[in-house]
Amino acid sequence: MLEFDDIQHILLTRPPALTGRYEFLSFHNAAGGREWLASIQNKVQSATAMRASIETENRWVTVAFTWNGLRALGLDEVSLATFPEEFKQGMVARAEMLGDTGENHPDRWVGGLASQDLHAIVILFARDAANCAGWQAEHEKLLAECEGVELLSSLDLEATPPFDYAHDHFGYRDRLSQPAIEGSGDEPTPGSGAPLKPGEFILGYPDEEGPTANLPQPETLSRNGSFMAYRRLQEHVSRFRDFLRANGQTPEEQELIAAKLMGRWRSGAPLVLSPEKDDPELGADPQRNNDFNYKQMDPLGYAVPLGSHMRRMNPRDTAANMNRRRMIRRGATYGPHLPENAADDGVERGIAAFVICASLIRQFEFAQNVWANDRNFHELGNERDPIIGNQDGTLEFKIPKRPIRKTIKGLPAFTTLRGGAYFFLPGIKALRYLAGLNPG
Amino acid sequence: MSDATKQDWTRPAAKAIPKGGFDKGTAEQGRYGPIFPKTPACYGFSILAKIIPGREEVFYEYARNIEKAVADQPDVLAVLKLHYLRWVLFPIKGETYFMYQGIFDTDFDKYTEDAVGIFASSGLNTVFENLEGFPQDWKTNAAAFIKFVREHQCPSFLEYGEYPYVSADEIKKALRLKAAFSHMLDQMQ
Repeated sequence: MLEFDDIQHILLTRPPALTGRYEFLSFHNAAGGREWLASIQNKVQSATAMRASIETENRWVTVAFTWNGLRALGLDEVSLATFPEEFKQGMVARAEMLGDTGENHPDRWVGGLASQDLHAIVILFARDAANCAGWQAEHEKLLAECEGVELLSSLDLEATPPFDYAHDHFGYRDRLSQPAIEGSGDEPTPGSGAPLKPGEFILGYPDEEGPTANLPQPETLSRNGSFMAYRRLQEHVSRFRDFLRANGQTPEEQELIAAKLMGRWRSGAPLVLSPEKDDPELGADPQRNNDFNYKQMDPLGYAVPLGSHMRRMNPRDTAANMNRRRMIRRGATYGPHLPENAADDGVERGIAAFVICASLIRQFEFAQNVWANDRNFHELGNERDPIIGNQDGTLEFKIPKRPIRKTIKGLPAFTTLRGGAYFFLPGIKALRYLAGLNPG
Repeated sequence: MSDATKQDWTRPAAKAIPKGGFDKGTAEQGRYGPIFPKTPACYGFSILAKIIPGREEVFYEYARNIEKAVADQPDVLAVLKLHYLRWVLFPIKGETYFMYQGIFDTDFDKYTEDAVGIFASSGLNTVFENLEGFPQDWKTNAAAFIKFVREHQCPSFLEYGEYPYVSADEIKKALRLKAAFSHMLDQMQ
């Protein structure tokens, strides 16, 4: 049985938020940091609290820490040593393996995210702008009262129009394929596979291979917690639209190119089920829009190219041990919408997302290293993920087609990583434990 | 993240490998540390370890188990992208050592949890447990398993390929193409 009242809501639920804000903090004083945590922990909702108040609540708060942050709060060295190696090292140290090089290198990140002083993140999802602003003012006041707690940087979230479904700045429908967790009450949509054991995402429960071991200690600290990889991904909307125009003569051809890069039409309709033309009704229907496989339905990639984003991030029945590689995705878009046909305005916009999993090295890092950035994925030879892979203009994207495939050479980078970090997402009791630390 | 574009299978090639198995300055980083480089003989490992005295018979039983497992389910090892595996027992000064040598198309780190998973789920687990120093909690501790493998890996100092860098998938594709042409020619008679 999942302890819903001890699990931070972000792990299991998605609030009805249209806006929000991420705040990145540094603790220069351990006692000040704990004082801040003692005060804010009451605002962090568990999954139980969130479900009970979803109609009336307007703000949803999540708190998580880097390894340096746990130390800065005063967690002892014995306990710190029990965390996994990749989390201790942090995302910056893992950059080369993650493919975060060149334009994506941590030296170019913004907001102090590459700094050793990044200690914590506060994630606010708000129903509307007024609630977001109100929370910001309250939190500013709290920070001023806690000695040595510094706001390193922040990022304001903004949904992109139209608001009736979630999508990114490129126009792709989002949130289509999420794993269901056994015991969470969520039913997997057709084609999504059976619910997964909670230990794949939540610490302290059995995972797909049975009971887990080697969790961070003490147990109070790790139980009902998880790990989060944060990625702030700038989307180059003008570059993307120029690329579609350069590679498709008609609007229909351009839509098809966009669909081939992703594996779905921008409406969300999967190419496996609708290979020739878009089907927005299919794209919007959760009972149908995830109900397909690759091995039987599209083994050679005539519908979904072997190197497309969707086929890399979730190879479904064409990868082994898929159940050990699944991830929960949360997050939102930021920056203003760029109207169709508008010239590039030079303003940063993109997706600021979290990948939540029990093991960063086995789940998130595997997906980045082996699926997104392996040039030879599926024997492709000279490709990386066309949406989130590290692209430097020298790689290709191949679209299988009879009689001869289409090869796009010199694929531009449609996204740039502007920051990232590894966070530990404690359970509610663990937040209290951290706030109550009493170092020697 | 191999670069297949610079590799020409028509030119036999040899590669001298620095001491330690890779150039410490330029080695590509994998999730569990520096990656042993791809050579004309693809990726590979040679793991050498002493067996626990008196356990030889277990290794022969293991061989029969693997033979049956692959016969029953031919794709049981597919995820490892293998060309060849060789298991050898040999004596040094009256003690028995074990060598496990593999040639494959992906660096070992990539699929290492999958390898652990295959061993654990298919009952192919006994043989490593008969090696001295092997972590007893390996089923729940992939990192310890990988550490053992890395510590017992004896990197090559020279490797050669008659058709360098070609993956097993490409070879199978070429053979399928040949078979398809033969079939086509049969249909033309």
